[in-house]
Amino acid sequence: MHESSRVRWSEFAIEAIIRVLGFSTIGFVLLIFLFLLREGMPVFFEVSPDNLFGTRWYPTFGLFGTLPLILGSALVTVTAIVIALPLGVATAVFVREVAPGWAREVLKPTIEVLAGIPSVVLGFFGMTIIAPLVREVLGAPTGLTAFTGAIILAYMALPTIISVAEDALDAVPKSYRDASLAMGATRWQTIWRVVVPAAKSGIVTAIMLGMGRAIGETMAVMMVTGNAARMPLTLDSLFRPARTMTATIAAEMGEVAQGSVHYHALFGIGIILFVLTFLINVAAASTMFKQRERGGLR
Amino acid sequence: MARGIHPFLIRLFPTTPTDFAIHVQWTRWILTGLLCLGITLAAIGCGAQATESEHEAPSQAAKTIENKGSDTLVNLALAWAETYMQLHPEVRISVTGGGSGTGIAAMINGTVDIANASRKMKPEEIAAAQANGINPIEFTVARDAIAVVVHPSNPVDGLTLQQISDIYTGKITNWREVGGEDRPIVLLSRESNSGTYVYFLEHVIRMGDKKSDLLFSPDTLLMPSSEGISAEVRQNPNAIGYDGLGYVTPDQKMLAIARDPKGPYVLPSVETVNDGSYPISRSLYMYTAGEPTGHVKDYLDWILSDGQKLVPELGFVPLK
Repeated sequence: MHESSRVRWSEFAIEAIIRVLGFSTIGFVLLIFLFLLREGMPVFFEVSPDNLFGTRWYPTFGLFGTLPLILGSALVTVTAIVIALPLGVATAVFVREVAPGWAREVLKPTIEVLAGIPSVVLGFFGMTIIAPLVREVLGAPTGLTAFTGAIILAYMALPTIISVAEDALDAVPKSYRDASLAMGATRWQTIWRVVVPAAKSGIVTAIMLGMGRAIGETMAVMMVTGNAARMPLTLDSLFRPARTMTATIAAEMGEVAQGSVHYHALFGIGIILFVLTFLINVAAASTMFKQRERGGLR
Repeated sequence: MARGIHPFLIRLFPTTPTDFAIHVQWTRWILTGLLCLGITLAAIGCGAQATESEHEAPSQAAKTIENKGSDTLVNLALAWAETYMQLHPEVRISVTGGGSGTGIAAMINGTVDIANASRKMKPEEIAAAQANGINPIEFTVARDAIAVVVHPSNPVDGLTLQQISDIYTGKITNWREVGGEDRPIVLLSRESNSGTYVYFLEHVIRMGDKKSDLLFSPDTLLMPSSEGISAEVRQNPNAIGYDGLGYVTPDQKMLAIARDPKGPYVLPSVETVNDGSYPISRSLYMYTAGEPTGHVKDYLDWILSDGQKLVPELGFVPLK
């Protein structure tokens, strides 16, 4: 009796420690969010809404229009996903459904290594190789454009999209494929009409996660998009410079005096960015839960 | 279950297996809560301590000088620091860039001994510093010409201030309009934390008119560094940029600048800055927190005397 209660007590202790570590992660996220709110909320009172959501971002002269930054981020991110989506899903299908076993063993770890390339390296690559190409081949006035940023971001989002989509394809039960083939469908028909639709929610999750990665990327984007806070409303905006929210924070955070309006404005952008990323993650999570509820796939 | 005992006491003093399970549940939650609280308090405590010691650091460390700010000045400041440290091995000087705004912000926040700036501190910045108990003292340490640069293949050789202003506000968008080829103009600028940016806006775009509210065109590309401007000017025949004379490399073409269309068109150089004929030149500053004393004073005195010999080697203009 004495012995067993001691065992139980040590178990409590260990469990409690693990629990604390788990909860403290949530605690730290909350603290960071509170800090962000504390530093960023004042801007919503200091700057009038029509200035804050105006079209001109000249922080040195009291103009804090975040609209060009939000639209710039959206333009670059959405274009990146449009480029990365077909590539990523096709690669995942190839790796999971088509490639022979040995190729799969090589491809999977290689794709995961891609995710580890530092973004400053990709930014430099974009600045020296892709930007001149965009200018010369597409005839844009400068190569530092939203499109150049989107190409780099697409490349950075690819590993995430491929590995999550691949997992989703992997989770489609073999019986689906067997049934399809038994009905006389070709391999292509099986992949395109059965396997990919069955993994759809997983693929949507992959896109959302890729998007989350793309919208939060800073360094490479700052180096290749040209950082011009213009409203991307014309048709050729994709091939003109753009300025994203993250690049703005990174470029200007060093300059500001603590507690100034500009300082609060940068944290305000941080809040907007946090909310956007949060919504994207919620969307990703909810499709993932839907998939679980329907069952059968895992 | 033991009857007649309050349920809460059962949880604290378990007698049956069921009660024991409830007891376990409770203990877990209480322990978790206490530990979480402890960690949070510890974290806050550490944070508070760290900020305090950061503020005290500059005064405690007697022989180190923290020097930060203008990217225009950073190479010159490094050369000064290296030479001075060779002459006075007991002094350690750390120099970082980041832009004039960065240096001034650091001065206001009390984290540097000397802030480098390629513009004067604004009255509100001085007020902010004084509110933090810091009285910034200004020293002019060198002079600098701002060169306007284009791609070497660009046939345009000179521009008037008015033309540069029109180009940067977006009124002129094609090189054809100023005697060049039929090409779109790509505007390059430094980031808005740069003193060069503010100087260029006030003295070139607004042409010194304090009432003017002209701004850089929203199409202006804000490059994160001087090197970013050089790289784009070097490879893009459409580009126009501006930068300190010390950053202009032979693979960029400097434009001759005229105050009015009749001329004269003047190229930037040490001579034309000193005789005042080149229109876009400015002073470079160092700010100290209060009247400098001790090793900071010695360092500044040296910069203003012997240190001036290094200035022309780095492409700047020494004080007369």
